[in-house]
Formats: sequence, structure tokens, C-alpha cells
Amino acid sequence: MSAAKKRMNGADAVLRSLEAEGVDTVFGLPGGAILPTYDAFARGTTVRHVLARHEQGAGHMAEGYARASGRTGVALATSGPGATNLVTPIADAWMDSTPLVCITGQVRSHLIGTDAFQECDITGITIPIVKHSWLVQDVEEIPHAIKAAFHVASTGRCGPVLVDIPRDIQEAEFDFSYPDDVSLPGWKPPRRGHPRQTAAAAQAVAAAERPILYVGGGVLNAHATDELLKLAETARLPVVTTLMGKSGFPETHELHVGWPGMHGPKWSNWALNKADLIVAVGARFDDRVTGKLSAFAPGATVVHLDIDAAEISKIRHADVPVVGPLKSVLADLAKALATAAVPGKTEPWLRQIAEWREQFPLRYGETRPGDLMKPQPVFEMLQEMTSSRDDVIWTTGVGQHQMWAMQYLLCDRPRTFITSGGLGTMGYGIPAAVGAKAARPDATVVCIDGDGCFQMTQQELATSVLENLPIVVVIVNNGYLGMVRQWQDMFFEERFSQIHLTHSVPDYAKLAEAYGALGFTAESESEVADALEEALASGRTAVVDARVDPREHCFPMIPAGAAALDLVEFDDTQNEVTA
Amino acid sequence: MIHTVAVLLENKPGALTRITSMFARRNYNIESLAVGPTERHDVSRVTLRVDCAGQSLEQIEKQMHKLVNVLRVVELPPGESIERELALLRVAAPPNARAELMALGEVFGAKVVDLGPDSIVFELTGPPEDVDSFEELVRPHGLQELVRTGRIGLNRPSRTSAKRDRRHVLV
Repeated sequence: MSAAKKRMNGADAVLRSLEAEGVDTVFGLPGGAILPTYDAFARGTTVRHVLARHEQGAGHMAEGYARASGRTGVALATSGPGATNLVTPIADAWMDSTPLVCITGQVRSHLIGTDAFQECDITGITIPIVKHSWLVQDVEEIPHAIKAAFHVASTGRCGPVLVDIPRDIQEAEFDFSYPDDVSLPGWKPPRRGHPRQTAAAAQAVAAAERPILYVGGGVLNAHATDELLKLAETARLPVVTTLMGKSGFPETHELHVGWPGMHGPKWSNWALNKADLIVAVGARFDDRVTGKLSAFAPGATVVHLDIDAAEISKIRHADVPVVGPLKSVLADLAKALATAAVPGKTEPWLRQIAEWREQFPLRYGETRPGDLMKPQPVFEMLQEMTSSRDDVIWTTGVGQHQMWAMQYLLCDRPRTFITSGGLGTMGYGIPAAVGAKAARPDATVVCIDGDGCFQMTQQELATSVLENLPIVVVIVNNGYLGMVRQWQDMFFEERFSQIHLTHSVPDYAKLAEAYGALGFTAESESEVADALEEALASGRTAVVDARVDPREHCFPMIPAGAAALDLVEFDDTQNEVTA
Repeated sequence: MIHTVAVLLENKPGALTRITSMFARRNYNIESLAVGPTERHDVSRVTLRVDCAGQSLEQIEKQMHKLVNVLRVVELPPGESIERELALLRVAAPPNARAELMALGEVFGAKVVDLGPDSIVFELTGPPEDVDSFEELVRPHGLQELVRTGRIGLNRPSRTSAKRDRRHVLV
């Protein structure tokens, strides 16, 4: 035991446990069943509590905090609806392997099972989307449950866990001490990749003519970006990063060859799909990356490096699996290749990819007189304005704006692109930005949002303003649920159904002002440029409403179920189509 | 193909639900499931019959290993394991059919555990295939009620290769 025992109640024990875990910030919203724990906050703690306006916001803030810092995020909520409002962030963290500890109040023990006020079986509801959960049944269990929760969330493949604590247990007294370690006989994440497998992987890489590193979010969770860079440079391997892997490898580096998948550039998809060896690094062959699986990279041998054995051959057969922590696996592989790699062998392949890059750049049409501007220039301006800065963290919502952000915003530093990948949670951007700002107060945090996404979590602007966590929100406002519009246009014969939000309701600038933030409305490129300059320099929470052409589609695009090599590109004739 | 898998599980609230929920979510099909205590009071043993048509057994085992309460997963390969099942069968038995039914029961080693004016209750323990056969033989007489426990099993120490056993031992 790490400290002498001290008499206290369960609520105090929760805070002493969080302090012992080194938690500096939690995000939450109080309610009946968690009142004793909030009383413990009032009585004093070193943990900062950020008051969200909705528990979903608190959950995404904790995710944004985790993704920006590399530490575990913590969200607090009361029982019943407070807990169910955390379900979306928990599912999001599950899909994107974000380390997240959720602590919920529960009704008093003797009321469990009676359909008491604000009772719900949150441990039951969340079973399919947590790594593990604990319903604390005795106050003595609190320190052990919290210690175990942080351990499970952050070891092996990261992910969400939940600790549900009945109100009477928060109030019960006991002699507290925080355990030094946990006893979890069934939780044994791999500690080292197998040397023989690593050697086989090195051999495969050295033998390949057209190898490529296909890098997912695992490399960020493993804090292994330095090792990845070393590996790529040692063996001169091109790197594609997935949406979740974005910022895991410096994007202005000559070996970075873009982003694969549904809206990845053609040259990136060609590089991945025409490779003869794919080294998957903490990536899971998601359907948004592979397109039609049977046509995905048909000529490639697959080396799969992952901490999660269950990802090996789940979707695509792995010829050489290496299961272990990526930090040591990548370092071992780089070391092996320092001698095994044939100098200059990949240069023709790198030249080929560079040719494709020249041949198939991202393209979009000119803004026509009288039309609203195209959305892409907003991203080009943002990239231009921030390219010389090293303090910018991007967050996004989900949809067209997210895909353009992936294509146009270049991230050279780890943990600077925070987005909802697997679950595709609209509304993720604003709360994730607030959480990222709490984790990195020195950073300039910019949320790229859509008008649909903005309206799902806009209330957290209040949190941003009042908690002094300033963020810049850039709404790429096309007045529609843009990605849905694109699909209805392309795959449902232009039958537009329930997607029109309008550019002007609400008036986003006025709404921002109502929250005490700066608000800008911009309808031309020069207005956008001025607004962005002012917003970025303000140091305040600011909302830039950039009104753009709703007819613009996000290209390239691999239609769902199509082969990645058959992606649809921007068509120069589309500009002549009138809405 | 249907496989039998034994899962050693921490004896904690909700532990079984975590397994069945994972099976449902991943679209794995459970044919039968039996759960009970083991030689250790803090460990339960689940014997699962799982249809691996869509997924490899390896993938299913790995998904189970990710559950914090799961201590060990062992396949019970046919021929290398002992599998047993218990069934209780209530069969219509008017006086003129009793003798034939009781003779049938004797062949299978089924015990008569209750005898009423119109029916007999048999208890049969044995390899699941024997239970299947007995069930089919008594069915024409009028099978009024049937309950089976689902199979349980152990690897045969005499036939299990050390290599296979090691592959599954993670704890």
C-alpha cells in the first residue's frame, strides 16, 4: 500500500484516487446520484473540474483531452440520463481506441432493480462498448476499481471503461489507501513482439520492391511516432496515414504519401493498392480504407503490427503478424532493417508514387460569379495561415468538412488532428476542441465544423467561454447535411431528402456573441481570410461562419462497396450542372 | 463447423453476460452453453458450442481473451476430449408400453427417476450423441417434456498433445 490509511467517505476516495492517478482535469455535469462526489470537489482537490453543458459534451471533451495529451481522459456524470448521455462518447472511444474512464453515480444500492428515479443499468447498457466496467458494491472496492479502470483503459489496446458507484457507497466511510498495483488475472496485454516474427517482418520488408507503411491510430496510442519515423527513414519506406493515424507521421516529410480510403487522394490509394508489401502499423483494415475487400491491394503481402491479437487476420489475412507494443516492435524492426534493407531499393517505387502525385493532384472548380465560394479555399487558407506555426491542434466534426480537413491540413506534429473516425460522431468537434485546449493550454485549438455538426454540440461554447478554454470554430457552412447531400446526389438520383438546414438559421455569428464569443460571418474568400486572421489572433473563443457552395462534392471518392482503384475523381464538367 | 470451447471465467457478477453479449455483437452463433463452478471457488467454467461458419475459431477465441474476466480459453477437439450431457425426459407410458420403455432405458443406462400412472421420467447422462439417440428412440412413444443441460467437457489427459494445450493457455 502506497500510503497510510485514512478515514474518509467513498466520494473523497474517488478524488484521492484520481489525484493518485495524476489526473489534473475531469469533465462532467452533476446530478442527484453523484452529489456526494461533487460535494467532495467543493471540499477541495487538486483535480480541475470542467463543467460541460451536456454529458455527451463532457465525454467528448475527455476524449479530446486524451487524444491531445496521450493520457487517459476522465468524464463524470450522474445516473440515468446523465449516464446514457455518455453512451455516444463511450462508443466513440471504443471505436477509436481512446483511453477514457467514465465515472457515473448510481441510485442507492437498495434501490437498484426497483426502477427508482433516474435509475438505469448503465453497466449493462455499455457492455458491448467498454473494455470493462465495474459496478462498485462496497466502499472498500473504490480505490481498487479506479486503479484497475485506469490500468485497463490505458494498457493493451486503449479504450473506454466505466465505474458505476451507487450513492450510498459514495457516502459510506472506510479507511482509504491507494493500491500500488492491480490484480487482474485475466488482463495480460502483450509486452513484447516475438523476435522471430519481427525478423520475418524485416525480411519481408527488405525483399519487397514496392513496400508501404499503412499507419493507423495505434501508433499515436503507443507513443511510437519517433520509432515510426526512424523505421520509415531507415528503410526509405513511403507512409500513408489513415484518418486516425493522421499526425502520426510528419505530413510535409517526403516519405509521407497521403491518406488512403474513401476520400483519400488518388495517388495515396494507388500507392497503397499497388504495393507488393503492406506493413500495417496499428491499423485495422477498416472498410472506409479498403473499399471492396476482395479488390483491395490484391498483389500485396501483409505484415501486420498490432497490440491487439484479435485484429490480426480479422479482415485481411496477415502473412507476417507481430503482436506487441508498437514502440518496441517498430524500434526492433528499424534496427533489423538498418542492416537488412538494401540501400536505394525503394527509390524507383518512391519516384513512381511521386509521379502519381504530380499526375493526380486534388482538384476543384473555380467559384463562378454570383455563387457562394467553394469550400476548399477555406482549408487552403487555414493551411497557409498556420503552416509556419507549431502550436495548432485541429479537431473536426464528421462529414465533408472532415474529409477536406484530412486532405488539406498538413500535420507535422503528433496529436494535432483529433477527429471521430470509427463511429463517425457528428458534433464531436467542439467538445473535443475544448478538451484538447484543457490538455494543451499553450496550443491554438481550431475546430473545423460543419453546420450540421455545430448544431449538435454548440452548447459547449458556453463551457469554452466560461472555463477560459478558448477555441476557434470554423463552420464550413453549406446550409446542408453536406455528405448526405453528396450521397443523395450521386447514389439516389438527386432526390434530396431532409437535408436542408439553410445557411442562415441560426445566425451563427449572433449565436456566438450570445455565448460571449466572437462571431464572424464571411461570404467571400477575402472575408474568410480577414475573419480567420482576427479569430486566430484574438485568444478568445471565436466562431467563423464561412458560407460556402452547397453543391460542392468531396472528391476523390471510392463509392461504398467499390474497389479502391476505381475511385471517382473531380469531374470538370460538374461546374456546369445547376442546382 | 461446430466447435466445443471451454472458458475459464472469473466468478464475478455479469461475467457471463460479457461473453454472451460479445457473441451476439460479433454475430457468432451459440449452439449450447453450460456454466457452473470449478475446483476453484472464484472461477467458473463455461462450455460453449459455437458455430464457426462465418468466423474462424481463432478469431472467436481471441475476442474472448480480450474480456477482462476471461482467464483461459481451451478448445475441446473431438476425439481428444470427454464430453457429457445430462437430460431429463418425461415420456408417455401407459401400462402396456412401460416394459418396452424401461428396457430401452436400460440399454442406454438411463435411470427411471419418477414413475406416474401415465408417464415415466428418465434421467440420462452420457455423450451428447447417446442422448440424441435415446431422445429419438423414445420420441415415437410420446416425448412430453425434455430438458438437456448442454454439454460439458474436459480434455483427455491421455490424448491431448502438450503443444495444443500450451497454445491455449494464456494465464
